[in-house]
Amino acid sequence: MSDTPSLVELRNVTFGYGERVILRDLSLSVPRGKVTALMGASGGGKTTVLRLIGGQNRAQQGQVLFDGQDVGAMDQTQLYAARRRMGMLFQFGALFTDMNVFDNVAFPLREHSQLPPSMVRDIVLMKLQAVGLRGARDLMPSQISGGMARRVALARAMALDPELIMYDEPFAGLDPISLGTSARLIRTLNDAMGLTTILVSHDVEETFRVADHVVILGAGGVAAQGTPQAVMDCPDPLVQQFVHARPTGPVPFHYAAPSLEADFGAADRNGGAR
Amino acid sequence: MNWLHPARIGLAVRSKLADMGYAARLFGRLLALLPEALRRFRLTGDQIHFLGNYSLSIIGVSGLFVGFVLGLQGYYILQRYGSAEAVGMMVALSLLRELGPVVTALLFAGRAGTALTAEIGLMKAGEQLSAMEMMAVDPIKRILAPRFWAGVVAMPLLAAVFSAVGVLGGWIVGVLLIGVDAGAFWSQMQSGVDWWNDLGNGVIKSLVFGVAVTFVALLQGYVAKPTPEGVSRATTRTVVMASLAVLGLDFLMTASMFSI
Repeated sequence: MSDTPSLVELRNVTFGYGERVILRDLSLSVPRGKVTALMGASGGGKTTVLRLIGGQNRAQQGQVLFDGQDVGAMDQTQLYAARRRMGMLFQFGALFTDMNVFDNVAFPLREHSQLPPSMVRDIVLMKLQAVGLRGARDLMPSQISGGMARRVALARAMALDPELIMYDEPFAGLDPISLGTSARLIRTLNDAMGLTTILVSHDVEETFRVADHVVILGAGGVAAQGTPQAVMDCPDPLVQQFVHARPTGPVPFHYAAPSLEADFGAADRNGGAR
Repeated sequence: MNWLHPARIGLAVRSKLADMGYAARLFGRLLALLPEALRRFRLTGDQIHFLGNYSLSIIGVSGLFVGFVLGLQGYYILQRYGSAEAVGMMVALSLLRELGPVVTALLFAGRAGTALTAEIGLMKAGEQLSAMEMMAVDPIKRILAPRFWAGVVAMPLLAAVFSAVGVLGGWIVGVLLIGVDAGAFWSQMQSGVDWWNDLGNGVIKSLVFGVAVTFVALLQGYVAKPTPEGVSRATTRTVVMASLAVLGLDFLMTASMFSI
């Protein structure tokens, strides 16, 4: 089954929290070995897609396939087996605050393998070397910057050599240097380790530079997908508004409100005078 | 009377029942994870050390003062009946049967319980628990279970420290300050305290309190809203619910243990 062209596939997925529907009949696929960027407005369900793939939420309708298996139908043992093949990088790193950098990266190895301490040490230092933080091994998460914390989290996510790695907003709040470093790192790791990458981001410029495949979510479904250039040229007004960061377009500036006349016009004068 | 609408009442009852069901299932899982907590005893041991150390100073100081007060009050009342020597027995029985387990549990809830709730709640707010789940590590097994069993072990030990220091406090006031005969003080205590009825029941009480307080603290942290506000509410709820649980359980246990 490992020769399906896409490692992850969503088929007609519907998901919502309570009354609010986030994803409606969404279908998309993530090609193997590529960097796929998942973009869209805030609250558009990008993080939800990652949570569905990781099995932290289950689709209300439709299927989420990871390497051909339905994540939503797995029991806990199967789900944990699937998760060992995934790495996930949370928005702010989510490092364990009571452990230093070394122990954070060693955590998945110590939990899942019986490796001797000397080998754990070697693997951890190799992973830290890959993200440029071998020298920071003894620092606590409170002593490092946000960009460094995310790189440590990346080393931790890669500790078990996953096939799929998911990034949730890796560029949010980074300074220009860290941002460029992170983007390059995502690309390099994907190619050097033969990973499949899903990248959730708002940052159009940086994301279009590293991604092979871009999916733009809008109104619960896919608004556009394809190569960065194809998406850039897509005539859909929502996509155009998004990639060119225009204030006006299908996504309105104003939150839904009563008409201007109702709030400020003559109709309200009498009521307001009371 | 909007809130009296049957649909609202039904929803409230159903969500309360669902919460209780969730809590009961979590409790069952934690009990079932005892072998796991013993297998990786390092994790549990670290937590026993942590929780015990956290509360040791406050427990020791409180025990001393409670012992002082018991010595004074006991002496004032008993000397009216000409049996001031019985103050040793009175201090020991009050501490072993009631005050040791109960006050220790209340202090433990305020000191270690809130720390547990805040720790778990902040781990949740910082997505650390989600990250752990995504690494295929079960946070209930890895984080909650060692803390739960550590709390159950730490509570009787702390209660023992409290009672021992309290007896010492009673001795300081009764014998050293007031001048009750030391031999009578200790021998009355020795003959008046039954090792099973008084000591054993006290240990059972503090084990039950350990289970209750630690579970409440962990549950509140685990179901807290992952926001600063949610975590602060959860710590408050831990103190309120754990204290009420301790006092309520204490009444039930006293009624069943010491009534004939």
